[in-house]
Amino acid sequence: MKFSYYPGCTLKNKAKDLDRYARACAAALGIELIEPDDWQCCGGVYPLGKDEIAPKLAAVRVLADAAEQGNQLVTVCSACHHVLKRVNDDMKNDADTRERANRYMDLQRPYTGQTGVLHLLEVLRDRVGFDTLKEKVVNPLTGKKIGAYYGCLLLRPGDVMTLDDPENPRVMEDLIRALGAEPVVYPYRNECCGGYVSLGDKELTGRMCDRILESAVGFGAQMLLTACPLCMYNLRAHSDLPVYYFTELLAEALGVKEAAQ
Amino acid sequence: MSELTERIMEISGADPRKCMKCGKCTAACPVAGEMDIKPHQFASCLAKGQSDLLLSSNTLHKCLSCFACVERCPRDVRPGRLIDAVRQCVVRARGQAFLTPEEIPELLDDELPQQLLVSAFRRYRR
Ligand code: SF4
Ligand code: SF4
Repeated sequence: MKFSYYPGCTLKNKAKDLDRYARACAAALGIELIEPDDWQCCGGVYPLGKDEIAPKLAAVRVLADAAEQGNQLVTVCSACHHVLKRVNDDMKNDADTRERANRYMDLQRPYTGQTGVLHLLEVLRDRVGFDTLKEKVVNPLTGKKIGAYYGCLLLRPGDVMTLDDPENPRVMEDLIRALGAEPVVYPYRNECCGGYVSLGDKELTGRMCDRILESAVGFGAQMLLTACPLCMYNLRAHSDLPVYYFTELLAEALGVKEAAQ
Repeated sequence: MSELTERIMEISGADPRKCMKCGKCTAACPVAGEMDIKPHQFASCLAKGQSDLLLSSNTLHKCLSCFACVERCPRDVRPGRLIDAVRQCVVRARGQAFLTPEEIPELLDDELPQQLLVSAFRRYRR
C-alpha cells in the first residue's frame, strides 16, 4: 500500500509526535508514506469565501502533485485533512475555482480534483481494516477507558468530509476497540474546542473545553484521543486529563513506540 | 437588496432568504450564549436587508467556524458561512484586521501550535 503523505507545518514543529508515530505505525502495517519534496502550509483553516483562490493554492499544489504520482493523498492532522478535502471538493465541483486555480498555476496537466484524500483513520478502517489491525496489536491497551475527541474539523460539513456520521461518529471508538481498550462515548465528543479563538480569547475556549472535559470525565474517560494539535493545545490548557494523539496509542499497541522515539 | 447584502451573499454562496427561522442553528451553536447577534438572527438581518447592523457584531470574533449550525440547518442557509462573509467584508477593508503581527509576540507560549497562528491570521486578516 503506497500513498502520498502530507504532514503539514505543525507536524514538523509542535506536533512532531503526531507525525513520527504515524510514520512508525504505517511502516509496521506495511504502508508506504511518500512525502512530496516541496509542499507549503495548507493555511490551517479552509477559506470560506467563494471568491478566494490564493489561500487554496498550497492545497491544490500538493493535490496535483499526488495526481502526478498516481497516488491518493494521506494526512493525519485534522486541520490539514479538512482543508485538503474541501479544496479538493471545490476543484472537482466548483467550475469557477477550478478554472481560476488552473489558470493561475499553469500546471503541466490540468487538475480537476482527481486525487483521493484520506485521513489516516480512513486508511486504518477502510484499507487495513480494524480486524486486521487487531491481529497486529502486540501490546493491547487492556483496561484503559478512552474517550475519542473528534471536535469539528474531522467531521463537518459531513457531505464533504465523508469521514463518518457527523452526529454520531464511530471510527475512533472502533479504533480504540481494535487496540484492546474500552471506548467511552460521551455527548460532547464532536463539539468544537474553540479552535483558533484561543489565540485571543482563552476564557472563551476555556469554557468550551471545560464542558467537553467534564462530559468525558463524567462518562468515565481516563484519557482522550485526538488527531488535532490545536484541540490538544486547547484541551491540555484546561485539565490534567491526559490527551494523546491517536497515533501515539496506536504505536504503543503495535509495539513500535519506543523505536519511534 | 443593499450592495452589502449582495456582497455577503456572493462571498458566502449562501442565501439567507431561505431561512425559516427554526432556530436550529443557534441551538446547535456552542458559543451562541456569548454572541450579541445569534446565528439565526444573522440570517434574518440579512434577509431583511439590515446587514449594516452585523458589521460591528461581536459574533464576528466569537464564531469558531465549527459548522455545527451548517450541519443542522434544514434549509441549507449555512449561517457559519454568512458570518464568515460578514467578517471578510470587515477585514478585507484596509486597516480593519482583527489581528496584527505586532500583537503576536505577547500571545505566544511554549506549547502553542503553528496551526493556531496560521488559522487565526486566515480568519482575522486579509
Ligand atoms: S460555525 Fe459559528 S455560528 Fe455556526 S455553530 Fe459554529 S460557532 Fe456557531
Ligand atoms: S437552522 Fe437554518 S433555517 Fe433554521 S433558523 Fe438557522 S439558518 Fe434559519
